[in-house]
Amino acid sequence: MFTKKHIISMRDFSRAEIDAILKKAEELESFAKGKKSDLLAGKILALLFYESSTRTRLSFETAMKRLGGETVNMISTETSSASKGETLADTIRVVSEYADAIVLRHSKEGSARMAAEISNIPVINAGDGAGHHPTQTLLDLYTIKRESHLENLDIALIGDLKYGRTVHSLAYALSLYGAKISLVSPEQLKMPDEIKGDLRKRGVDVSEATKLEDVIPNADVLYMTRIQKERFPDPSEYQKVAGTYRISAELLKDARDDMIIMHPLPRVNEIDADVDATKHARYFQQAFYGVPVRMAVMSLVLGAR
Amino acid sequence: MKKELRVRPIKNGTVIDHIAAGQALNVLKILGIIGQTDAVISAVTNVPSQAMGTKDIVKVEGRELAPHEVDKIALIAPSATINIVREYKVKEKHKVALPSVIEGLVRCANPNCISNTNEPVASRFIISKHGKSVCLRCVYCERIISENIAEHLL
Ligand SMILES: Nc1ncnc2c1ncn2[C@@H]1O[C@H](COP(=O)(O)OP(=O)(O)O)[C@@H](O)[C@H]1O
Ligand SMILES: [Mg+2]
Ligand SMILES: [Zn+2]
Repeated sequence: MFTKKHIISMRDFSRAEIDAILKKAEELESFAKGKKSDLLAGKILALLFYESSTRTRLSFETAMKRLGGETVNMISTETSSASKGETLADTIRVVSEYADAIVLRHSKEGSARMAAEISNIPVINAGDGAGHHPTQTLLDLYTIKRESHLENLDIALIGDLKYGRTVHSLAYALSLYGAKISLVSPEQLKMPDEIKGDLRKRGVDVSEATKLEDVIPNADVLYMTRIQKERFPDPSEYQKVAGTYRISAELLKDARDDMIIMHPLPRVNEIDADVDATKHARYFQQAFYGVPVRMAVMSLVLGAR
Repeated sequence: MKKELRVRPIKNGTVIDHIAAGQALNVLKILGIIGQTDAVISAVTNVPSQAMGTKDIVKVEGRELAPHEVDKIALIAPSATINIVREYKVKEKHKVALPSVIEGLVRCANPNCISNTNEPVASRFIISKHGKSVCLRCVYCERIISENIAEHLL
């Protein structure tokens, strides 16, 4: 059923394979909450982070340890062999003799694919530059499955739709389930035409809106993203735009009862603190779901029963 | 009517005909045979052609190039014809066919791609055809090259 050795890009996955991961995550959710497990006892996960990360690294470690496995870490590149000029390829060769699986975050696009070609143990991509971060997409899908519904979803993607890799790969994955996607972003950060074209070819109903108010009444999911200051040469332009793509409890009065709000975190100010207490907020739940989803991915690639 | 041969006839070897005008040197580059062989190789450029307006032609004496050696030139010369000459006569003729993968021939257009670093990895692309245009997708970073492929040759 699930035969993938490596987890590199969502493009590699069929719907059946995604469904298998999400189903496994559901089975493992109670262990993510603390129930004892020795599913991965005796297994060692190597975390190779050439770039900093908090949530991703912590949730992989948590997932591994809660299933009874252990982790070894290479975090700081200042003291690691990478700073002494060792190639990633050599590091992968060495580490794949130590551990049972590798989680890799690296600044270059395609680094995880290369690592997978070299490694004789499974490689899980935890972000390759502006490339992919498949476990983020999987946990987004899992959140939608658990807190809303995957099929025929009406989702609004909001914020930076130009550079945000998270929304590109989520939109692509949702196309496998049939979706209506509304894009809400400032002019400067619109989703690239070739991605929109690709989604339409895959049967997605894609529309664009400039105002949040236009999409809130119909949406099943509002997926918020951070608008980064660095994207704007003019700071006053950033202030203006950031203020427009911001949700507050007040703005949600027209939302459907079961509408949920997601965000990959960290948020800056695109979601007011007063939204946290509403029935719509799911972003912290979403962050928690990173643990069962990463448990599922690791137990599948490590072949645990 | 006697056909005019722009370079002297060859007894045995390979004639690559119908190369897009101006691409003969890139064809030789992709074939990678210069310096690897002592075969006499000649290239003619901007030859008048009925079908193409003008075209380039490459001739390799004394060597029959196999399809797997030649197919990669379809990247830049999709309408090229390979003619195998024996005893001064064209004995076999076939069109080049695009390979599905090419390795180590083209540089990825993404400067931040792992294939453009000092890592020991050759560039690799999956090739597809959309109508008349050829499209290369980097196996590593998934960036696409669809125009001016000749400019991306390594
Ligand atoms: N003996 C030869 N030596 C060198 N070039 C040749 C020889 N025979 C044919 N050619 C060239 O090979 C190509 C294919 O030849 P041919 O099959 O006769 O023509 P066409 O494909 O135009 O009908 C032409 O460019 C021709 O000039
Ligand atoms: Mg002719
Ligand atoms: Zn690339």
